[in-house]
Amino acid sequence: MIAVNQLTKSFGVTSVLKGVTLNQAGGTVVSLIGPSGCGKSTFLRCINRLETPDGGTIHLEGQLVTSESGESSRADEARRQRARSRTGMVFQSFNLFPHLTVLENILEAPLRVQKRPRQEVEHEAIQLLRKVGLENRRDFYPSALSGGQQQRVAIARALATKPALLLMDEPTSALDPEMREEVLRVIRGLREEGMTMMIVTHEMELARMAADQVFFFDGGLVAESGPPETVFNAPRFERTRDFLRSLGSR
Amino acid sequence: MSSSLYLRFWVPWVFSALIFGSSILPSHADALAEIRQLGVLRWGADAEGGAPYVFHEPAAPDKLTGFEADLAEALAARLGLRAQMTQENWDMLVPALKQSSFDIILNGLERTVENSSRVDLTRPYLVYQQQLVTLAYKTNVHSLKDLAGQSVGVLSGSVSLKVLQEHPEITARIYQGNAETFRDLKVGRLSAVIVDSPVAAFFAKPDPTLRLAGDGFAVGFYAIGVPLGETALRKAIDDALVQLLADGTLERIYQHYGLWGPEQEQLRTFHEESVTKAAPLSFGAEAGRYLPLLLRASLTTIGLTLAGMTVAVAVGLAVVMSRLHGPKPLQWAAIAYTEIMRGTPLLIQLYFIYYGLAQQLGLRLSEYLAAILALGLNYAANEAENYRAGFAAIPKGQWEAAAALGMGRWLTIRRIILPQAFRLVLPPMSNDLIAMFKDSSIVSVIAIVELTKEYQIRANDTGDYLGLGLLTAGLYFGMSYAASLAMQRWERILNHDRR
Repeated sequence: MIAVNQLTKSFGVTSVLKGVTLNQAGGTVVSLIGPSGCGKSTFLRCINRLETPDGGTIHLEGQLVTSESGESSRADEARRQRARSRTGMVFQSFNLFPHLTVLENILEAPLRVQKRPRQEVEHEAIQLLRKVGLENRRDFYPSALSGGQQQRVAIARALATKPALLLMDEPTSALDPEMREEVLRVIRGLREEGMTMMIVTHEMELARMAADQVFFFDGGLVAESGPPETVFNAPRFERTRDFLRSLGSR
Repeated sequence: MSSSLYLRFWVPWVFSALIFGSSILPSHADALAEIRQLGVLRWGADAEGGAPYVFHEPAAPDKLTGFEADLAEALAARLGLRAQMTQENWDMLVPALKQSSFDIILNGLERTVENSSRVDLTRPYLVYQQQLVTLAYKTNVHSLKDLAGQSVGVLSGSVSLKVLQEHPEITARIYQGNAETFRDLKVGRLSAVIVDSPVAAFFAKPDPTLRLAGDGFAVGFYAIGVPLGETALRKAIDDALVQLLADGTLERIYQHYGLWGPEQEQLRTFHEESVTKAAPLSFGAEAGRYLPLLLRASLTTIGLTLAGMTVAVAVGLAVVMSRLHGPKPLQWAAIAYTEIMRGTPLLIQLYFIYYGLAQQLGLRLSEYLAAILALGLNYAANEAENYRAGFAAIPKGQWEAAAALGMGRWLTIRRIILPQAFRLVLPPMSNDLIAMFKDSSIVSVIAIVELTKEYQIRANDTGDYLGLGLLTAGLYFGMSYAASLAMQRWERILNHDRR
């Protein structure tokens, strides 16, 4: 489903990703954990090309979505577009479009990027709203919603383009505990439906409950990976242990 | 923005209106005694394009010349004084006389009923006529009768304008200076101009491309204006003029400029009684009668402003898009445009577009198109900067969310960024719209009669500077306030999601 090989990325002189390799099977959920600045968010943002990696490759559903050396900018643009059309993204700060209603937020990409007929996408959008429990908020503006509601709309918006992979960048970090629960419930539901998800998180509960596999990032590399029970209960590396201890003390 | 222009055009008017308002109470100070004490006779005139009356010698631009400069010297010498010229816009001379920055007006001031009600006039120093001037090849033009439906240029506040006002079938174009009227005549925007005979003698006679059409008509007299009630000063000047006429000084001066003719003999036989004094107009007396005219002129101001703002918004958007998202050369061009347009005066841009393009490239824009372009292109620089600030205020997360949904740059700008940025920039845009209502008064320099110009003309006609001034200011305030309310309403509508 997704195969990342030796991905590197620097910002100026700071090397953020130093050769990350990661494979994820379709229908699974992986979580990326690690201390701040370890490169996990940058990694996620490389998958849908919000950041352009310096080296390495990303294959999505068997197709290369990173540029090949010597390729024209036009061909690269096509790969970037492919990465974005096959992924959806949920941000820590929701990033809903404040001037559009809940429904319009969800319809925007299916209507104007995918150019699908309004009737069809509107029908789907309402189903998505039902799925996240907000069908009665379709004509509200984002400012009238709580953080948890906004994030649920953002998830519905990301799903509206029918992505093969859902990228989540700390989806619950900006939320109060009770709102966090609403969002976790939605994510759990998606997992049960077999949605392929890659979740960057600081939150143990989210990493533990959702993930088939956990990747512990440290210093721009994957320091440790495995099923959550192994990584969380019997971490092999000192760094992982330190990190988990620091989370527990919070 | 352009507040300096605003000041330049409005403040003297309001100021003089106030001064005129207060001048209803006559002052009894003896101006002549004060002048003698200082030893300087300060004469007010407009040397800008003022040939042959008073102008700067082309070869020595800091030296004044012209028959009135010579006359002022001779007059001052005769009174035992030194002459000193004070620059003032010609159609502002009468209202400015009381500001005491000069003692007398000596600059083609006509002995008319209107003028005599606002200043005391001496005996005449020159006999003049109205002269129609046209292009040399227009041999079929002999009088105003031949010009129905055509455009004729005249000087603002002049007797020529009064002549033209009696011919509604002719389109009057009203200019600030004679040089501009001749310029537009030569590039073909005017069929003819009406000027005082000294102007015709100096500009048109020696110019092979121009022709004096028909004989002079509407004989009039130039006189020196002194403040109302300054009888001693007026008598002293009258006496000096009689002496200058008797000893041949006047004739010698006028000969030098080609102005002496048999008609000047009337100067000798002149009697004071030949001009009746009109009763001075009181404050607000003419307001009701002139309201419809001012309202009509307001429509011109509103039209110019709305059209100008439309150009400003469209060009401003194009400039900011080029600057933020265009290829490098386009970015540089956008920066250069912004800096040049906001770094140079609107007045010069207006002259460039109206006169410069016509003279150098033969691109003869109509005065309205030139005005709208100048206002629009100038304000576009402001708008571009407003929008740049508005775009910068949109969080990066909006771009990223749109990108993650597969939206391209232009789709993102159109659907996500612009609508949000637009409502942020509405308040500064309202500011610019209101500023443009007032700045648009500057276009009167290319002979458009908008609200301020209409006010100037009517105030000159009636002398009711204060009443008409308040009325005009009220109209400006009305349109600005209406615009402000409309923009606030629009803002509320756009902010529907933030209630």
